[in-house]
Amino acid sequence: MTITAPRPHPEEQPSSAEAPEPVLEVEGLSVGYRVRRTLSPVVHDVSFRVLPGQVLALVGESGSGKTTTGHAVLGLLPENGEVLDGSIRFRGQDLTELSARGWRDLRGRAIGLVPQDPTVSLDPVRRVGVQVEDVLRLHTDLDADARRARVHELFELVGFDDVERRARQYPHELSGGMRQRVLIASAIAVEPDLVIADEPTSGLDATVQKQVLDLMDDLRARSGTSTILITHDLGVAADRSDLVGVMRQGRLVEVGPTAQVLADPQHEYTRQLLASVPARLELVRDRPAGRVPREPEVVVQVTDLVKEYGEVPAVDGISLEVHRGETFSIVGESGSGKSTTARVLSGLTEATSGRVRLLGTDITSLTRKEFRPLRRDLQLVYQNPYASFDPRFDVYDVVEEPLRSFRSGRRSLRRRPEDVAAVRRALEAAALPASYADRHPRELSGGQRQRVALARALVLEPQVLVLDEPISALDVSVAAQILELLDSLQRDLGLTYVFISHDLSVVRAISDRVAVMQQGWIVEQGPVARVFEDPQDPYTERLLGAIAGQRLATPSTRAGAR
Amino acid sequence: MSALLQTPEAPLAVPGRERTSLVRAAARNWALALSVAVVGVVLLWAVVPGLFTGHDPLAVDPRAKLLPPSGEHWFGTDQLGRDVYSRVVHGARASLIGSAVAVGVAVLVGSLLGALAGWFGGFVDSVVMRLIDVVLSIPGFLLAITLVVLLGFGIFQAAIAVGLTSSATFARLIRSEVLRARASTYVEAAITSGASTSDILRRHVVPNSLAPTLSLITVQFGTAIIWIASLSFLGLGAQPPDPEWGRLVAEGRSYIATRGWLTLWPCVTIVAVVLSTNHISHRITSRRHA
Repeated sequence: MTITAPRPHPEEQPSSAEAPEPVLEVEGLSVGYRVRRTLSPVVHDVSFRVLPGQVLALVGESGSGKTTTGHAVLGLLPENGEVLDGSIRFRGQDLTELSARGWRDLRGRAIGLVPQDPTVSLDPVRRVGVQVEDVLRLHTDLDADARRARVHELFELVGFDDVERRARQYPHELSGGMRQRVLIASAIAVEPDLVIADEPTSGLDATVQKQVLDLMDDLRARSGTSTILITHDLGVAADRSDLVGVMRQGRLVEVGPTAQVLADPQHEYTRQLLASVPARLELVRDRPAGRVPREPEVVVQVTDLVKEYGEVPAVDGISLEVHRGETFSIVGESGSGKSTTARVLSGLTEATSGRVRLLGTDITSLTRKEFRPLRRDLQLVYQNPYASFDPRFDVYDVVEEPLRSFRSGRRSLRRRPEDVAAVRRALEAAALPASYADRHPRELSGGQRQRVALARALVLEPQVLVLDEPISALDVSVAAQILELLDSLQRDLGLTYVFISHDLSVVRAISDRVAVMQQGWIVEQGPVARVFEDPQDPYTERLLGAIAGQRLATPSTRAGAR
Repeated sequence: MSALLQTPEAPLAVPGRERTSLVRAAARNWALALSVAVVGVVLLWAVVPGLFTGHDPLAVDPRAKLLPPSGEHWFGTDQLGRDVYSRVVHGARASLIGSAVAVGVAVLVGSLLGALAGWFGGFVDSVVMRLIDVVLSIPGFLLAITLVVLLGFGIFQAAIAVGLTSSATFARLIRSEVLRARASTYVEAAITSGASTSDILRRHVVPNSLAPTLSLITVQFGTAIIWIASLSFLGLGAQPPDPEWGRLVAEGRSYIATRGWLTLWPCVTIVAVVLSTNHISHRITSRRHA
C-alpha cells in the first residue's frame, strides 16, 4: 500500500532532489487500545510516505482510525493505546522507539500539531501571545525580546493586523477562526518539518474555513513544511492535498495522488464516499419545475419578523414565504439568525415584532397553550437527535410521545395497539425496522438516531417539518442516506420542509428555494438554481466561493457510470 | 445510490448498561457488602428486635447493674441493670424511624420548593431561594435545636426539626435538576411534539431528577441519624425510659471513666451505620456517573 510514485508538490519541488528523502514514512503501522485487559486493534497495517512539502489528507468517517494514526505519529496516544506493530520513521529516525524525553524534544520543534477544536485548545486564563511564546521558550535560545518579536512576526504571518494588541488578548476575546490562527502560529513557530492538522476547520464557518485553509496552503508554500491533514470532509481533502489516503475501519483502503484517486477510485468504499458528496447527489435532477403547483399555496408566511435578545437583534426584519410541498432552505453562517428564525416558526421563541402565519393562523400572538393544536401540523427535527431524546426512553417511548401528548382522556400505562401500529408505521417510514422500537437510542448509530427523530416527527402525520441542521452531525455517507430519505418522504407524503443549514452544497442538493441570511438579514432569496448560478449579493458570492470540494462538484465520467 | 438506502447501517455493538443487582455488585466489593450488611442488620433490629435479643430493654435488675460485657450481657448492663445490647437493638427503631421521618420531611418540603423555584423561575424563584439562603446561613444544628424547642421535646418533633432544616439542601438540588431538565433539548422536543406542562413534569422532569435525589437521600439519612442522636443526647429527642442511641450515649456519660462500654457500644453502632450509609450513597453516585 506504499505509494510508489508520489506526485511532487509543484511549486515546492527542490531542484536538487531527484529522489527526495521522505519526511515521514509509516510502514505497517498497527495501533490498539487496551480496554479491561483485552487489546483491541483500531488501526491495521497502515503504510504511507510523505515527501517534503507534500500534503497528505487522511479522510474517513468517525471511528475510521484517522485521528489515532495522527496521534501515533505524534506519540500522543492515550494511556491505554499502544503501537502494536510497524514503524514510523521521521527523517530516518524510528519514532516508535523514542523515550518520553525524546518525544518532548521532537514535538513542537520538528512536528507541530494543529488540534481539532480551537475553542478548547487554548488556556483560557493566559494571553495568546504568551502561549505561542511557550513553544519558542522550549525549543529555541531566543531571549525575551527576540521571542516577542518572533511572536509578532508569526501573528502577522497568520494574517492578524494589529499584532501587538492580538498578542495581549485572551482566547475568549477571539473568534473561533482567530483562535485557530493562533494555534497554527504556535504549530509553525519553530518551523517544523511536519505539521499534523487534525480536523483543523471542522467547527468553523465555511468562509472562515476557507481563510484558515488558504493560510495553511500559503505557509506551506513558503516554508516547504509537509502536512498531514486529517479530515472527514472529502471536499477539503480534494481541494487541499497532493496525496489522499482513505481510511475505513482502521485500514487505509486506498492511497495515492489526490487527482488520480478522485478521477479513478480503485476501492469500492472510496467510490461510495465520492458518491455521497452532496454536490454529487442527483436529487436536483429529479426535481422537475412542475412538481410545485403553478398556483403555490402558502403554508408559512413571515412578514418583517424581528427577534431581539436584549437590545441585540438576532433576526432583523425578514420576510419570506414557504409554499406547500417545497423545500425552503435558510442558509447562513453561525450567528446569522437562521436558527432563531426556526425557533420562532416552531413557537419556541416569541417574535419581538412582525407577523408569522402558519397554515393560515397568526402564531405571533399565541400563548404556548394556544399553539399546541398547531404542533400536530408542524414538527421540528434537531441537529443532535440524541440530546432530544429523554435519556430514560427507549425508541418506542420517544416515537410514541407526540401521540401521547395529543391523546385526550385517561392515560394508561399499557401500550395501546393503535399506538404500537402508528409507531411501527413511523419507524418504517423513516427506513428503520419496526423491531428497533425496543432498543435504546444509545445502542444506535448517529444516522439511526436521526431516523428515530424523523419517525417521531412523522408519527402525527404533520404537514410541515422544520429541520434544524439535521445532517451536520453525521458522517457524509450517512448524511447522504438521510437526505435521500427526506427526499422520498417529501415525495410520498407531500411534506413541506423548512431546512436550516450552514452547508451550501447540501442546500443546493435538496432545496427548491433558498434564503441566504447574514447578521439577521436575508441578503438574497429565490429559486436555488438562480441563487447559486447567478448570485446577486456579494456575500452570497463569498459563501459560494468558500464551498470546499469545488474539484468534486463536476462528477468525472466514471462517477456518472455508477 | 438507492443501494445505499437498502443496506441498513450495522447496529452498533454497544450493549445496554449492565443492570447489576445491588447484591451482585456487593459480591464484587467487600466494603459495599459490609455496608449493606450493617444497614440490613440494623433495619432488622428496628423491625424485629425480638429475634436478636431475649432481654427486655426496659427491665430493671438492681442486682445486675454496671456489669461488664459477658456471654449473658454482650454489651454489659447500665446503672439500672438493663441490658445495653438489648437497648441498642431496640433503640434502632427510634433512631431509624426518626431519621426516615426527617429525610421524608426534607424530601417532601425540599422537592416542592425546589420544583416551584426551578419550573416557574422569576419572582417565585427569587422568593424561594432567598428563603433557602436564610435557612442555610443559620448553623443547621442550632436551627434544629430552636425548632425542637418551638415544637416541643420528643423523637418525632426532633425528626420534623431535622427534616425542615435539611430540606434546604434538597430544595437546592431539585431546583438545579429541574433547571437542567428545563433547558435540555429533550424537554424542548417534548414541547414541540405537543406535550403539556403537566406531561413534561410528570414524564421528563421528575423521573430524571430521581437518581441524584436518591444519592442525596442516603447521605442525608446518615446525617439525620447523627443529628437525631445528638438531639436525644441533649435530652431534646427521645425521652426516658425509651432506648435511643443518642440517649444511651448520654446515659453512659457519667460512667465513661470506669464503665466505658456504656458509651462505647452505642457510639460504635452510630458510627458504623453512618459510615455504611455514606459508603452506599457514594457507590450510588459513582455508579450513576460511570
